[in-house]
Amino acid sequence: MASPALSLTQPRPSLIHSEAAAAWLLSAPAIIAFALMVMIPTLAAIVFAFTDYELGSRVIRFIGWANFVELFEDRGFVASIRNTAFFVAVVTPVSLIGGLLIAMLIEAGTRGRAFFRAVYFLPVVSLMVAMATAFQYMYHPTIGPVNALLRQIGVAGPSWLGSSDWVMISLSIVGVWEQIGFNMVLFLAGLTAIPREIYAAAEVDGVRSPWARFWMVTWPLLGPTTLFVLTITMIRSLRVFDIVATLTQGGPNKASEVLLYTMYTEGFTFFRLGYSAAITLVFLIIVLVLMLVQTRILDKRVHYG
Amino acid sequence: MRGQARSLLADMPRLAVLGLIGLVMLSPYIWMVSASLKPLDELFRATLNLVPQTFHGHVNYGRVFAEVPVVRYILNGIIVCAGILAFQLAFAIPAGYAIAKLRFRGRDTLFAFVMLGLLVPAHVPALPLYVAFAQIGILNTYAALIAPFVSSVFAVFMFRQFFRSIPDDLINAARVDGMTEASIVWRVVLPNAWPAATAFAIFSVVAHWNDLFWPLIVVNGHSVATPALGILYFRTEEAGDDFGALMAAAVIMTTPLVAAFLLAQRRFIEGITMTGLKG
Repeated sequence: MASPALSLTQPRPSLIHSEAAAAWLLSAPAIIAFALMVMIPTLAAIVFAFTDYELGSRVIRFIGWANFVELFEDRGFVASIRNTAFFVAVVTPVSLIGGLLIAMLIEAGTRGRAFFRAVYFLPVVSLMVAMATAFQYMYHPTIGPVNALLRQIGVAGPSWLGSSDWVMISLSIVGVWEQIGFNMVLFLAGLTAIPREIYAAAEVDGVRSPWARFWMVTWPLLGPTTLFVLTITMIRSLRVFDIVATLTQGGPNKASEVLLYTMYTEGFTFFRLGYSAAITLVFLIIVLVLMLVQTRILDKRVHYG
Repeated sequence: MRGQARSLLADMPRLAVLGLIGLVMLSPYIWMVSASLKPLDELFRATLNLVPQTFHGHVNYGRVFAEVPVVRYILNGIIVCAGILAFQLAFAIPAGYAIAKLRFRGRDTLFAFVMLGLLVPAHVPALPLYVAFAQIGILNTYAALIAPFVSSVFAVFMFRQFFRSIPDDLINAARVDGMTEASIVWRVVLPNAWPAATAFAIFSVVAHWNDLFWPLIVVNGHSVATPALGILYFRTEEAGDDFGALMAAAVIMTTPLVAAFLLAQRRFIEGITMTGLKG
């Protein structure tokens, strides 16, 4: 907040009214568009979730929690939750720890910084659908380079995307590949924010080995960054859609159904809008809980740096 | 410790590890480009040679340009991204200014709505928007692709944070000169907003150029299809198992943004991470 003493020209009371009018006028386009495109549709989605609304149906009935009851009895949806959880549980730690390690390696020297940063960041700006088709080729069981390489060392590679045992692992690898560079950049920012004097002071205090230096200085000071990366990676992984839509369409036999893809097929292929809205609501609640947990932890902890 | 004076030899292990992981990161691009230059029979032999024995690039790329409206897709991508960005900036800059610098009742409520809006992923309003757009008959138009994103609460939030650092005296001086609030926004505040606007622009364009979810819902057919959809169409309708041509299509659609990134790396990385909150 600006202190009143700083404003040389306090607006006269008569001007305050016009200031309010100007403020509303300036915000009006954003407010109207937000109401029409975000707020009302979001509320409508919540209402949909408690109805049996299907596209084209004449009568819409409120059916209470019936959609949610059906969801948790629906084997497809349960598989979808399980697969999404698997994806989040693999991609989050691997891309977080990997991003941190790469950031520390880049930060440890001066050579090749910009170059490596660009290399690792490239997937963030790449059209994911296109890159997914590149992975489709790489993963191809007979002509793909991954299995060709494995054959060279005498290993028969699996059908990466065609086998229900492997498909979520294969998709998770793509997920890590997609997110690691973003996490690396966030950690790089966190690392450069640590003052060098602290390392110098720690060295005076006898913290000499790189291992001790990491656990006693770097890791605690990176706390807020790590928490942020953790939340954002979980939410991004939870939203996995493009690679599933491009590579597997939820198959084989629902082995790669994920939350948003199930929501998409129920809503826009089968037009069961009420049911699909219920999935959307489950998705929204998970996102909100993750964000709430993050702010809770942030509030409780000491802020470093 | 940060190795300013470290010799190249001592730096080798670090560079080797980074290079090796980097190679893995780049391998999809390398194989994509390599496959896009090979004839089909060579692909089916599944050799690990990156360089094609018979150069077939002109055929593969030729097929893509001949069979799908590539230029159309890229043009659609540009139209959609530019449309979204123009509205987002035009709506968010004045609103961000009002919340940051003007005193009025309801300001805190308005800001609370912004914070609330930040929590809602774009997938949540998708179903009702689809129904509404179907009702008014604008599915499969640019309007349907642009409209849901015109009001970015994230942009409002970002500009509000940014404008708070503009000195009040600058704005008050403009008021004394008789400028209206609207002209203050465009003539005083906007010229100071370029760093934030650039960062947001990069974030927005990357997000919407690469988006598949919403275009998949509202678009049907080639006329307004974006690059992401173009690849899916090409695969299902034309390429099938012709990986050479499919990889050529993937290279073509990935190139515009990757080229922009390579030209302005620092700005891209700053822009996307500065705005990274929204993921």
